[in-house]
Amino acid sequence: MSDTATESVLKQQAEDLSAVVGALYQRFGESAFTLQRTAEGLPTLWLQRQSLLDVLRYLRRDYQPRFEMLLDITAIDERVRVHREGQPEADFTVVYHLISFTGNCDVRLKIALHEHDLNVPSAIPVWPSANWYEREVWDMFGISFDGHPNLRRILCPPTWQGHALRKDHPARATEMEPYSLDDDIQDQEQSALKFRPEEWGMKQQSDSSEFMFLNLGPNHPSVHGVFRIALQLDGEIVVDAIPDIGYHHRGAEKMGERQSWHTYIPYTDRVDYLGGVMNNLPYVMALEQMCGIEVPERVQVIRVMLCEFFRIASHLLFYGTFAQDLGQLSPIFYMFVDREKVFNIIESICGGRMHPSWFRIGGVAQDLPNGWDKRIREFVDTFPARLDEYDRMVMDNSIIRQRTRGIGAYDTEEAFDWGITGPGLRATGFEWDYRKDRPYSGYENFDFDVPIAVNGDCYDRCAVRIEEMRQSTRIIRQCLENMPEGPYKSQHAKTSPPIKEHAKQDIESLIAHFLSVSWGPVVPPGEITTGIEATKGINTYYLVSDGGVGSYRTRIRTPSFAHLQAIPYISNGFMVADLIAIVASIDFVMADVDR
Amino acid sequence: MFDIEVGSALVMGLILGGVILISAWLIWLERRLLGVWQDRLGPNRVGPLGLGQVIADMFKIFTKEDWVPPFADKLVFMVAPPIIMICILLSFAVIPIAPNVGIIDLNIGLLWILAMASLAAYSVMLGGLASNNKYALLGSLRAAAQMVSYEVFMGISLLGVVMLSGTFNLREIVESQRDGWYILPQFFAFIVFAIASVAESHRLPFDLPEAEQEIVAGFHTEYSGMKFGMFFVGEYIGVLLASALMTVLFFGGWLPPFGIGPEDSIVAGIFWMLLKTMVFVCFFVLMRAAIPRPRYDQLMSYGWLVLLPLSLINLLITGAVILFQGA
Repeated sequence: MSDTATESVLKQQAEDLSAVVGALYQRFGESAFTLQRTAEGLPTLWLQRQSLLDVLRYLRRDYQPRFEMLLDITAIDERVRVHREGQPEADFTVVYHLISFTGNCDVRLKIALHEHDLNVPSAIPVWPSANWYEREVWDMFGISFDGHPNLRRILCPPTWQGHALRKDHPARATEMEPYSLDDDIQDQEQSALKFRPEEWGMKQQSDSSEFMFLNLGPNHPSVHGVFRIALQLDGEIVVDAIPDIGYHHRGAEKMGERQSWHTYIPYTDRVDYLGGVMNNLPYVMALEQMCGIEVPERVQVIRVMLCEFFRIASHLLFYGTFAQDLGQLSPIFYMFVDREKVFNIIESICGGRMHPSWFRIGGVAQDLPNGWDKRIREFVDTFPARLDEYDRMVMDNSIIRQRTRGIGAYDTEEAFDWGITGPGLRATGFEWDYRKDRPYSGYENFDFDVPIAVNGDCYDRCAVRIEEMRQSTRIIRQCLENMPEGPYKSQHAKTSPPIKEHAKQDIESLIAHFLSVSWGPVVPPGEITTGIEATKGINTYYLVSDGGVGSYRTRIRTPSFAHLQAIPYISNGFMVADLIAIVASIDFVMADVDR
Repeated sequence: MFDIEVGSALVMGLILGGVILISAWLIWLERRLLGVWQDRLGPNRVGPLGLGQVIADMFKIFTKEDWVPPFADKLVFMVAPPIIMICILLSFAVIPIAPNVGIIDLNIGLLWILAMASLAAYSVMLGGLASNNKYALLGSLRAAAQMVSYEVFMGISLLGVVMLSGTFNLREIVESQRDGWYILPQFFAFIVFAIASVAESHRLPFDLPEAEQEIVAGFHTEYSGMKFGMFFVGEYIGVLLASALMTVLFFGGWLPPFGIGPEDSIVAGIFWMLLKTMVFVCFFVLMRAAIPRPRYDQLMSYGWLVLLPLSLINLLITGAVILFQGA
């Protein structure tokens, strides 16, 4: 089914590869780069840090089609990596992932660094969104960025010793000294968390008034989790805001290096904890591509169906809390009724509700239960009418409109600047959906529209999500009516145990059985990035395999991280109540931000 | 001494006890009603229909540690909550419940109520300022602006009723509605008064001084235990007062609708008064279930640009009609 589509995408990518690589060679000289082959065929170029900013500027502004967005900056500790064939010498690598929406292609740039000289020029002049990504790389790897205005820790506490994603940093508490918290340390930790306006270049007063600094969070009814925004207020006007994240950081990427390929799947569920099995998808797709596993059609359709159910569940929660943050208390209760129906369906299929951890490498955990379609049919028949009712209740309400129209607006170019993807990007009128433009898991076989809006304000962001729920319902209906027959997992040696009869008969099958149960799959060395249209935007997994039973480096690019960074930009000058509307309209999950 | 007449000890005791009991019970009523409107149950475990929930809550709130934050202005912090209780309870003194049932027949009854409402605003402002907390500060600033401006529209909207009845005495205002309730001639005044009284009792959609999603709990962020309880019950007594006022001023107080039953019986009077009041209380709850919260500046401009002109025009027309009829 998807063979031809995948082939055409691969062919397209190969052409782009030559296109962007050729253009860069022509502009900066071939000697400036080293080309690296990767598992997914994404053009990967090593370059010198001196030329980084020129290359980034060229790719963003002059190259056609231009690379609009800096999707991700991350790093790899290369010091204990074995399989580095054809790559330049490096202790650490800084990786830039750029994406071109108009050209529908990506490029990955890498800079090799040596242990005694860990610094790179900051990319903030080209993309403001580089700010947090660079802070994260500094926090996790100790690589500094020249010209960064405020290079300080972002995920770990300010008092943290060491850099957590370095290979020599312990991965679990038992490898460290027992932790104790006496009064002195507690005072120290608390004072380290105190917000000091001077550190952020904020003034205590203007010519006419004295500012108030207000900690909105980490515990506050409207920040949906543990998230702090330090506000500089003039009366109720937000002069400036400093989002402070990291309170929900659990080291998901570090755990990826400790778990086996297979046992990491449940951790992915908890990254965007409202996305459930949708988080599994980019991870298992990456591994399938690396191992060359073909997924049966039935699996693809089951996966699409469950992902769309989780999209609805997540958007419903967003919709309800959005109304609630604007002071409308009732809608969320109605929406929880629908959400409950969705979770009942998910539960009857997966056995779990919010985190079923149900996708597997090469398939799903079980086949669909008998009579799976009854509840789903009931749901797709009734849900659109409920959505219409909510529209009348929330979106048509004049106070809601007054509170959200023209508030927190940004245009498409600003969205590119800040790395805003998903419904937040489509609300500006830019039509780009991973499912449509780079179909995965068979999305190309489904008939659905990509909703967009015009103004990119709070109201539009909500409107886009509501329409997405309708489209998701359409997709689910198509899954329901066209569910293919067939196996629910692929019979690939790396993912399924050998057929029992064979294992009873010959020793090779028995050994294979034993290994796949005790180790799980061994993935060939290589690198891959796989992305999906998650509930909140583009979610990618960048996996580096060193030929082992677990990941060498797991990088999770989550949409919410980038979205939160834009809060000051879109909320300065508005009132506190508007800030709440803006925060509500972003739809983030702190676990998705902090990982 | 135990006669049923205005100002007798028995009546005073019954009204005071009744008001406090009903207000506490309103907490249960609101939660159950919200439950009905929001597709859920609400508190239904303690006692029949969950009616005992209020008693359990009272036990809890009385036995909680009565904590004063070390950084607060202690005296003002402690004085603020009783002010709102006392002011609103005092307002009930002039509310005529039924023929011969009431605490005092004050010839400036309406003015008394407006004065008490102004004083109640102090409670919220002082409580917020004394807490020495930034959220509380924002809350009390909002409260000050909101309550002071909506008092203006509230006062003006009531003048039409005063002109029609020719008195500030609430009992006489009820008596003067025997020929017809003021809701018809004073419809716009009623609308303005209803909106302003929601703002005065700072409940959703006008709960900006304590907007949970924005400023945590606003002016009472730092309050706990019984001091919080006084703000909390004070709010419900305020709702009861506003509903009673709407009944008295626009819906004929204890007078039966369409002449059903006896006109001047005490029992029937109390029944009608309670019934009408409760309808408005439910209306307050329904508003909370249905309407989102406007922004602070939208609330203010709505007041000054819509409600003020509306109440002034109403006043002008009422005056003109009275003049015309008199002539």
